[in-house]
Amino acid sequence: MTQKKEWIAMLLAGGQGSRLYTLTRKIAKPAVPFGGKYRIIDFPLSNCTNSGIDTVGVLTQYQPLQLNEYIGNGQPWDLDVMNGGAFVLPPYQRSSGSDWYTGTANAIWQNSGFIDRYDPEYVVILSGDHIYKMDYSKMLEYHKEKGSVATIAVLNVSMEEASRFGIMNCNPDMSVYEFEEKPAKPKSTLASMGIYIFDWKVLRRYLEEDDADRTSSKDFGKNIIPTMLDAGEPMFAYPFEGYWKDVGTIDSLWEANMDLLNPTVPLDLYDPSWKIYSRNPVMPPHYIADGAVVENSMIAEGGDIWGQVDFSVVFSGVTVERGAVVRDSIIMPGAVIRAGARVEYSIVAENAEIGAGATVGCRPEDAQDKDAWGVAVIGEGVHIAPGVAVPAKALVDQDIKGE
Amino acid sequence: MKSNKIMGIIFSNMHDECMGELTGARTAGSIPYGGRYRLIDFTLSNMVNSGIKDIGIVTRQNYQSLMDHVGSGRAWDLSRKVGGLRLLPPYARLTGASADDHVGCLEALAGRLVYLQSVDAQYVVLSGADVISNIDLRDVLRQHQETGADITAVYADCRRETPGRDVSTVEVAADGRLTDVSVNVSTTGNHKEFLNIALLSRELLIKMVNEGYAHGKASFTRGVMQDHLQDLKIYGYESTGFVARISGMESYFAANMALLNSEARAQLFPAERPVFTKVRDEVPAKYGLKSKVSNSLVADGCVIEGELENCIVFRGVRVGRGAVVKNSILMQDAIVGENADLNYVIADKDVVVRSGRTLCGYTSIPFYLQKGMSV
Repeated sequence: MTQKKEWIAMLLAGGQGSRLYTLTRKIAKPAVPFGGKYRIIDFPLSNCTNSGIDTVGVLTQYQPLQLNEYIGNGQPWDLDVMNGGAFVLPPYQRSSGSDWYTGTANAIWQNSGFIDRYDPEYVVILSGDHIYKMDYSKMLEYHKEKGSVATIAVLNVSMEEASRFGIMNCNPDMSVYEFEEKPAKPKSTLASMGIYIFDWKVLRRYLEEDDADRTSSKDFGKNIIPTMLDAGEPMFAYPFEGYWKDVGTIDSLWEANMDLLNPTVPLDLYDPSWKIYSRNPVMPPHYIADGAVVENSMIAEGGDIWGQVDFSVVFSGVTVERGAVVRDSIIMPGAVIRAGARVEYSIVAENAEIGAGATVGCRPEDAQDKDAWGVAVIGEGVHIAPGVAVPAKALVDQDIKGE
Repeated sequence: MKSNKIMGIIFSNMHDECMGELTGARTAGSIPYGGRYRLIDFTLSNMVNSGIKDIGIVTRQNYQSLMDHVGSGRAWDLSRKVGGLRLLPPYARLTGASADDHVGCLEALAGRLVYLQSVDAQYVVLSGADVISNIDLRDVLRQHQETGADITAVYADCRRETPGRDVSTVEVAADGRLTDVSVNVSTTGNHKEFLNIALLSRELLIKMVNEGYAHGKASFTRGVMQDHLQDLKIYGYESTGFVARISGMESYFAANMALLNSEARAQLFPAERPVFTKVRDEVPAKYGLKSKVSNSLVADGCVIEGELENCIVFRGVRVGRGAVVKNSILMQDAIVGENADLNYVIADKDVVVRSGRTLCGYTSIPFYLQKGMSV
């Protein structure tokens, strides 16, 4: 028998993240490595545990193996509790048939049985593709104070960016009167962060009705939120201040990693009262050899650095051999950069190998065609033969052999 | 009793006295080492990587930091329903003024026979916590069974420039059998040093503990290995990989600096036998715009804005702008202020060196700053 909970969280982690291309070929987006030792999902999971949420359902669907293994029993996030904890929730078969998760709302509806077991007053809906630190307990307080049944965290973005987001149009008391998905002419700059708190009883009713509607696309932004607004449910926007980044594209993933090296970016990972937890690799400290040059970079344990690393984020167990240059790049766990190789403005995925003297990517100022320039990506386990030149913006998901 | 099952007993306070200031407020087993470890991590990991699931840690005094470190044993996967990690502290007696003041392993085990009797293992590995190595104990068991030994003692060929403290040496015949055991020798040069790791059957160990108790014998090396050299078959197992034994500040400094050698690291940290330690959830180390680092080992959680050369830097250390740290060991959460200049310094946990300070020791006498000190 489970005990009643005041609130629980549901984390939507089933997305493929197709705009990360080769990086999400074998793993779901929330499992993509970030920030030297983390995976994207560490941020919402750590936010949960730091906010006092001890029960988190993680909804998985796309390439779940690595994600399931990573979450395990939730112990790294202190979520291995007796009553509650972290649960991986894939779609499953029922007597009346089975279905993949067809939309965000459908995914929650299919797991209403899980939520009901805890009989919570409130449910927090989160997504697994954002980098941010947020105290959800403050948002819950706000939700209660306002007498809201649905509260949506919003970020004030610039007018130019606003048309890329779901925009909340609010009254002065922050109550929402209109929701517009990616408006061409935004009336406000309050963008939805994909973080919701609902009164579970109310949400449950709307999910049930939505499920019966065969024309609905079963999505929170497209269906649930507008329907609730039309019905006059009290809905409020919760203004969030601080660092928040959607890392759904190669460029934004690269930028968010680089933000960690920028002391003016307000994302403090060193705050002992709000640690970001992760499954820690079991490796010795990293070694920086005589003759190596390491500046303005982040380097995780297990690394072996003999070459030059500048403005880069280097994950655990990475080898950079003598004479190799790594600049403005992200080198994911276990990758090897052989002697004399040059890696610039690139993301090198897990266990990839860049052969001796090879070059990957280039600086924008060195690009011949400025418009075709972009961050180069070497996929997981891909080997680039010695001497090969991989141009900027290339997405490589197969070995490149030499001549 | 399960055949071939091994249990482990670790003596965490063994040789505390030799360590000087390092064991001022901790056991030998909890001395920080190699940027993110405590000495006991190596012994624990060796046992766990060899399939040992029942491990008792014998403590005597100052063991709070050790308990803090090992906790329930989860970091070594020893938080188990059956078996797992067991701390074996002394217990106060009504008559004695203090708890048990055991000096030797036999004596210590006499007070922990109940634990020894309760585990259904066929073999026991006894180990100190002052040896840093990566040994597959399954190989030791294999040799033990092949030779039909009663006891197998692990040793290594070592070279000492200056006499070590509490060193036991062995002489080994061509067939591997020990022909001599010397305790507390002050030799220099090459010799075969006993690593305080021995494997024997649990049955024989219980017999030896009882016999030792009856005859007032405290030490395993003296009371068993020396006294029974003739009537028991005691064989040596040679460990050939990286070995360091800490017995004082000088050897502590040297053992840390030895890790700056890539070959040594490869031997001590093979991917198939990882060394586990308590998880601290630190951010990866961050290097500033003007940082300059060479030949150094740096753990997670550090922020390095100055210069490092030939250093071992533990988790959570900060080195300020313009600071120059050479040939030094900076333990957990130590802070080195801007423009400070350190050479041959061992800064213990939480030490603060203020901006602009200059401190200098020498290879043989590194300048030691005790835990929490502010300079």
